[in-house]
Amino acid sequence: MIEILQYEFMRNALMAAILVSVTCGIVGTYVVIKRIVFISGGISHAAFGGIGLGYLLGINPILAAIPFSILAALGIGTISKKTKVSEDTAIGILWTVGMALGIIFIALSPGYAPDLFSYLFGSILTVPFFDLIIMLILNMVIILTVILFHKEFSAISFDEEFSEVIGVPTKIMYFLLLCLVALSVVVLIRVVGVILVIALLTIPTAISRQFTHHIKKLMVLSIFTGIILTVTGLCFSYMFDLPSGATIVLVLGTGFLLSSFLKKSQILAKSDF
Amino acid sequence: MRKEIVSLKNVEVYFNDTPILENVSLSIKQNDFLAIIGPNGGGKTTLLKVILGLIKPNKGEVKVFGRNPKEGRKLIGYLPQYTFFDPNFPMSVLDVVLMGRYRGIFRNYSEEDKNAALNALKTVGMLEFKDRQIGRLSGGQLQRVFVARAIVREPKLLLLDEPTTGIDPEMQKSFYELLLKLKKRMAIVLVTHDIGVVSTYVEKIACLNRMLFYHGPKEAGLKKLEDVYQCPIEVIAHGVPHRVLRRHEKNDRDSSV
Repeated sequence: MIEILQYEFMRNALMAAILVSVTCGIVGTYVVIKRIVFISGGISHAAFGGIGLGYLLGINPILAAIPFSILAALGIGTISKKTKVSEDTAIGILWTVGMALGIIFIALSPGYAPDLFSYLFGSILTVPFFDLIIMLILNMVIILTVILFHKEFSAISFDEEFSEVIGVPTKIMYFLLLCLVALSVVVLIRVVGVILVIALLTIPTAISRQFTHHIKKLMVLSIFTGIILTVTGLCFSYMFDLPSGATIVLVLGTGFLLSSFLKKSQILAKSDF
Repeated sequence: MRKEIVSLKNVEVYFNDTPILENVSLSIKQNDFLAIIGPNGGGKTTLLKVILGLIKPNKGEVKVFGRNPKEGRKLIGYLPQYTFFDPNFPMSVLDVVLMGRYRGIFRNYSEEDKNAALNALKTVGMLEFKDRQIGRLSGGQLQRVFVARAIVREPKLLLLDEPTTGIDPEMQKSFYELLLKLKKRMAIVLVTHDIGVVSTYVEKIACLNRMLFYHGPKEAGLKKLEDVYQCPIEVIAHGVPHRVLRRHEKNDRDSSV
């Protein structure tokens, strides 16, 4: 198994797996505890518009997805907080409009888009080195932001109204958190694609939260859970020649099932005496 | 003279043209123990939110510690009627209380904050649960923890919105005894529809049903309460809400709602 590391694409894939797991462990924790899973889903699908724009303008689609997903995040936040449109309606609108824009942009681009499929469903085995650098930089931005504002993020996740009363700038922090989600989506697109992003943002944390009730420990545990499961998925995908994004998601799903059984049997064992 | 800490003058609040508060004036002084009672939908929670600056009144003036509510509320401790949170939320009781010590961005919780949180938990009798995950508490225990979260910043005014909802009678008694302990250190405003409480523990009452009917010592207040409801208060305490409603319809020009 070790000898596959001699291939550059495999080393890149491994790096990518670690980078996405760090992102997911940290941002995914907020996504799960603040219950913004579907907002994140909306942002990730809307980011597809940015990818299409990248094709159209001939720039790196991942780079084009950054401003696009941030705009989507701010859009969902603004519509749901400032207007009478409910949050899930806002999600529904931006989710589909973003994707539709992406499709139109790609249709307008000259020629045909060979690796389009990889942006939809991910392709960890073909992550170019340049995209790894983008992912690394985004990760550092995310980590720095969380170090600075963890107190505020956990306060608004627990109880937004009380946070407002004690002086947390709740709206700004909520928007900032959505922007972090947008950046993580960009980190994840290369690996699992816009459609499967939500799996990586939720499952590692969903598994880990069964075993701790401290937010910081939850982040660390989610990161390691993420690394183990994505690397496992990567290996399976390589060995059995399966699509990598889908394989990783299935491994994550299986991991969640196994951990739930494990936890349940543990509780049963405890309540026995 | 005790200092006035909250003053509302001719405050009006509308939601989509429906009046919630009409011409409400209120003065709260240092170390007051005031109960605001009234029927459901009478605007009690709205009134508290106006004091907290969470709702901006359409008309009238609000001063909290001589300033606008958004600045003045730094000196207020608040216990909401409901705190909606995920019961699996990954946070310990101590960390929830610690959030009450929030002072601003880039200012981390200090050792002093932690001690204050432990003290607050001790005051409400929940110290032994400090490491418990927040979702694994009973309703009454949870309410005590949220009181600790409200008093941990040593407020000069404590606002409690229906604090005994969902707490069994025995726990309620010890809860009000806790309030008697706290009122030496701060003014307390209690919103409730539990009349029994008012007669036993509270010093002043106000009756709120869109309009604030009275504000003063409780004996006179209880009489006035009968005017608001138009029936003996014992009857209300045992709950005959249709009576209350009939009276409002008769007197109310905008009762088309």
